[in-house]
Amino acid sequence: MKKVIMGNHALSYGAMLSRAQVIAAYPITPQTQVVELLSEMCADGTLNAKFIKVESEHSAMAACLGASLAGARTFTATSAQGLALMHEMLHWAAGGRMPVVMGNINRAMAPGWSIWTDQNDSLSERDTGWIQYYCSSNQEVLDTVIQAFKVSEKLMIPSMIVLDAFALSHTYEVVEIPEQEKVDRFLPPFNPPWRLTPDDPHAFGGLTSPDHYMELRYKLQKDMEKVPALVEETGKEYEKLFGRYLGQVEEYFCDDAEVVFVTSGTAGYTARVAVDELRAKGIKAGNLRIKLFRPFPFEKVRAVLSRVPKVAVLDRNISYGHHGIFYQEVKSAMYGQTSSPLIFGFIAGLGGRDITRDSFQEIAEYTLSKNRAEEEIVWIGVKK
Amino acid sequence: MSKKKEAKKIIFESEKEMPAVPMSLGSMLYNKTGAWRNIKPVIDLSRCIKCGICWKFCPDASIDIVDDWPQINYVYCKGCGLCAEECPQKCIAMVEEEK
Repeated sequence: MKKVIMGNHALSYGAMLSRAQVIAAYPITPQTQVVELLSEMCADGTLNAKFIKVESEHSAMAACLGASLAGARTFTATSAQGLALMHEMLHWAAGGRMPVVMGNINRAMAPGWSIWTDQNDSLSERDTGWIQYYCSSNQEVLDTVIQAFKVSEKLMIPSMIVLDAFALSHTYEVVEIPEQEKVDRFLPPFNPPWRLTPDDPHAFGGLTSPDHYMELRYKLQKDMEKVPALVEETGKEYEKLFGRYLGQVEEYFCDDAEVVFVTSGTAGYTARVAVDELRAKGIKAGNLRIKLFRPFPFEKVRAVLSRVPKVAVLDRNISYGHHGIFYQEVKSAMYGQTSSPLIFGFIAGLGGRDITRDSFQEIAEYTLSKNRAEEEIVWIGVKK
Repeated sequence: MSKKKEAKKIIFESEKEMPAVPMSLGSMLYNKTGAWRNIKPVIDLSRCIKCGICWKFCPDASIDIVDDWPQINYVYCKGCGLCAEECPQKCIAMVEEEK
């Protein structure tokens, strides 16, 4: 069935079709409609789940963790300051191996107070041990929720599904809502290898001495390293059932490109239009949209970028005192490769400023006209 | 499990032998946390309205409902006092433990 829905509701439908059993959340703009619709579904019986109202995002994640440990499929959603308030609990989720799936609507961090999009909120949680997917359409959001539960529960690692405030969260698109029976075939009930139960009581997350702590971290990293292959495998399985492939990256005209944009989120969609325009003018541009950010899709990124001469990484975020974060990550992935392109870093669209087709024209012109960047960071659209 | 075996510190030689999650290996039933207690909850059942709030809030699942009435399991109760705090009837008193 096709429906015209907003990005936030794509998350809700994804959680509904995945048969989430416990949802604990606290409302925050621009995430509110995600849990609003889920609370309605819980109230009218569409979704057989417990909806737990809480007093903060920290409590929301804490409630999710308790439920997940008890063996329930668990979902929540938040944004910006809410995600930051969850920070401690995000470490608990990953370190405690609780496969919660969460939607995060990218919203710029305050101050100055903002409700508009940029990626500093989710990228500040880069090192918490969560899988991160950055989406660029409402369809992708819905499909990714279902896939994320499957990947997360197989490896017992939590997942964050990231979408841009307003550009996706409040934008209505046509979305194919999969049939429940087919989703059930793809996603079996959650059956964790351990659980919190009075029948066989164990303590979780207790004191871990230097004898064993490092091994737990080693195991988390080793399982993280299994994510890319599992995303491919589940993506192909999903494609068989639903006709839509869900991968780690999305390539667009990269094969013969003289410059490839590296993008994420909705900017990755705009980039495709810009590529079409540039190609119409005879400039061979391409776009590599990074969907899976953690773990970083090294293999895919290297395979594409090692065959092109110039790369322009677009960041809607900044690591103050360093570079854009995707720029850092792409450079790190290409370091030491036998064939490595010239890589330029651009920052645009902070705090919800639009990233337009013109932004990409400017980026392409800069990258193609220089043999190296003249500045550490090239800012697009700053009123200097 | 004998007492001696309980007290033995386990050090794994390889990460492969370990669970991926930081968890107690043995059942927590062996961990008789009641010994940690300095004060203990005592319920005045004559004023109890059987609302079940103490049972619901006990963070260590140390309150059982027996024939509709709450009963504290002193083998595991750590004496945190949450039940006394939450009781709407205020019929749970925290009494000093005599050792």
